[in-house]
Amino acid sequence: MSKCFSGNEAVAYAMKQINPDVMGAFPITPSTEIPEYFAEYVANGEVNTEYVTVESEHSSMSVCIAAQAAGARAVSATSSCGLALMYELLYVAASCRLPITLACANRALSGPININNDHSDSMGARDTGWIQIYAENNQEAYDNFIMAMPIGETLSVRLPVMTCMDGFITSHAVENIELLETDVVRKFIGEYHPEHYLLKKENPLAVGPYDISSYYMEHKVMQAEAMKSAKARIREVASDFEKISGRHYDLFEAYKMADAELALVLIGSSAGTAKAAVDMLRDNGIKAGLIKIRVFRPFPAEELALALSNTKAVAVMDKSEGFSSNGGPVFAETRSALYDLKKRPHLINIVYGLGGRDLKTEDVEKVFSRLADIAVTGEASPVYTHMGQRQRSTT
Amino acid sequence: MNTVYDLKREVEKPARLTGGHRLCAGCGAGIVVSGVLRALEPEDRAVVVNATSCLEVSTFMYPYTAYMDSYIHSAFENSAATCSGVEAAYNALKRRGKVEGTFKFITFAGDGGTYDIGFQSLSGAMERGHDMVYVCYDNEAYMNTGTQRSSSTPAFARTTTSAVGSAQHGKIQNKKDLTEILVAHNIPYVAQTAPIGNLKDLHTKAHKAIYTEGPCFVNILSPCPRGWGYPMAKLAEIMKLAVDTCVWPLYEVEEGVWRLSYMPKKKLPVEDFLRAQNRFSHMFEKGNEWMIEEAQKYVNQKWERLLDHTGA
Repeated sequence: MSKCFSGNEAVAYAMKQINPDVMGAFPITPSTEIPEYFAEYVANGEVNTEYVTVESEHSSMSVCIAAQAAGARAVSATSSCGLALMYELLYVAASCRLPITLACANRALSGPININNDHSDSMGARDTGWIQIYAENNQEAYDNFIMAMPIGETLSVRLPVMTCMDGFITSHAVENIELLETDVVRKFIGEYHPEHYLLKKENPLAVGPYDISSYYMEHKVMQAEAMKSAKARIREVASDFEKISGRHYDLFEAYKMADAELALVLIGSSAGTAKAAVDMLRDNGIKAGLIKIRVFRPFPAEELALALSNTKAVAVMDKSEGFSSNGGPVFAETRSALYDLKKRPHLINIVYGLGGRDLKTEDVEKVFSRLADIAVTGEASPVYTHMGQRQRSTT
Repeated sequence: MNTVYDLKREVEKPARLTGGHRLCAGCGAGIVVSGVLRALEPEDRAVVVNATSCLEVSTFMYPYTAYMDSYIHSAFENSAATCSGVEAAYNALKRRGKVEGTFKFITFAGDGGTYDIGFQSLSGAMERGHDMVYVCYDNEAYMNTGTQRSSSTPAFARTTTSAVGSAQHGKIQNKKDLTEILVAHNIPYVAQTAPIGNLKDLHTKAHKAIYTEGPCFVNILSPCPRGWGYPMAKLAEIMKLAVDTCVWPLYEVEEGVWRLSYMPKKKLPVEDFLRAQNRFSHMFEKGNEWMIEEAQKYVNQKWERLLDHTGA
């Protein structure tokens, strides 16, 4: 079934098909439409979800944690400062091993306040213990949300999943997408049967202890192990999903990488722009390629190193500024992943697109042109730069 | 519920908060929690929700829980939202035939987690109308971190962030009247109580709160020997003094109707309550008589207002 949906409607529609037990709902631009669409499904009796219209994102995540611990499937949606307000609870959700599903329409963080897209919100939450899956477009936003529960709920994983899409660019742009039939989605997701939960009459459960130093470390190691096992599960679910949808997914998408000498690594909707630029460069005989990271947590380090092992120069494009003074988060992870390669490509980092600053195909071409120079000269300095900003007047 | 309250029968029920928890001797919290949980009908299950607090770290230190019922702690400021999430899950799972029996949802949080950092979460949950009980065990300061002032701390009280010196005499502001703020939420049941005497008042109010449909709030005074500065054995006496001086009146508001639960035979001077605690010791130094006068004036004002509300 083909439908013309915005990214927000695509995610809301996936939620409707799943018919979760509980939804924590709170508005924030640009994810607001998700709870709005869902409110209509509730009002029309199309779902029988307990729709909890909380007074803050802090409470929506608190509701999700409690509901999931109680034995229910809980979902929510947020953006930017809303995700930041959830920050403390994101850790609680992950450490309690509660497979909540959260849709994030990525938006810049304040301040200054800005409602447009970049990845500073979810990148700020990258170490909270959540699985993070990023979409390039509306179709992927829909597909990723449907794959989230079978990933997070698996016994070897039991972690919350954040599915991210670019605010406005994806959340509000309308595209034709392919939808699965609701019964197919329901069958794919299956029933949620946690082993232990608060409302299990015959066996009460206590959640959220004071954990002293004699136990805390063990719990954190178990959490780290769960994140490691998530990688295999993500691939397994992608393979099952391909059988029902015909759409192929992996930890990242390697676009024209087989013989690529120059490559970009980036996340999200910019991949569309970058692919167009790669195509043009290929037409001119330049061996350009692209890695679009889909799964940022767990980070596909070995796979990425392998995919980049035959390149000469690589630009990692970060759509968030980490203020480390040493490059953005995608760069830090990628550079670390490549360290063990016997022959490493030259690597640069470009921070771009902050607060909704556009990325054009010309911009991408400029990056490839710099990579071409680096491949010849071996001179990558300065390694960490910003792109797209006005230059300050020197007078 | 049996209509006649019988303390002996009540305390013979299997304890839902078991012994062996780590609360201090002379602390009110354990009595409050076991008293409230005793009001559950034996056949009903509960999910106990707890804000980060002395109570939480003392009753659920991994791998031991003191609760016979299910329990969840998530953070300091979100216990009401947490309780509403459990209740929402219960409604959804009941509707889908996935949960058996009757569950009740009871939150316990201190005054820091209720009057201050958890205030928004509480107000939101009450407005949404979840079928839950929120119990504040009010010990009038952040005791878990070592007695810092909260908006529940009364004027003149010495805490580690409202010090007593030549330029300041303990807490400057009066205690926030949270019970009245909850009354203004127009919820079905709001009560103020304390674990005094044979615990009948606490039991009756807890039972009413648990078995009244919709959001209910019970504010329970819960002295802290370390923060208030009284000998552990004096707990019951301190609580009785709080009530007999009208510092902490016992009342309830049911569907908007105010009712005074206890009229002291003789209203004792506030001084009697203050003198029993170290946190007010500076008020008894020479030249500080005005502090006691001010404290008395404030209590009188509040008490008169309550009598107006209740028509007592």
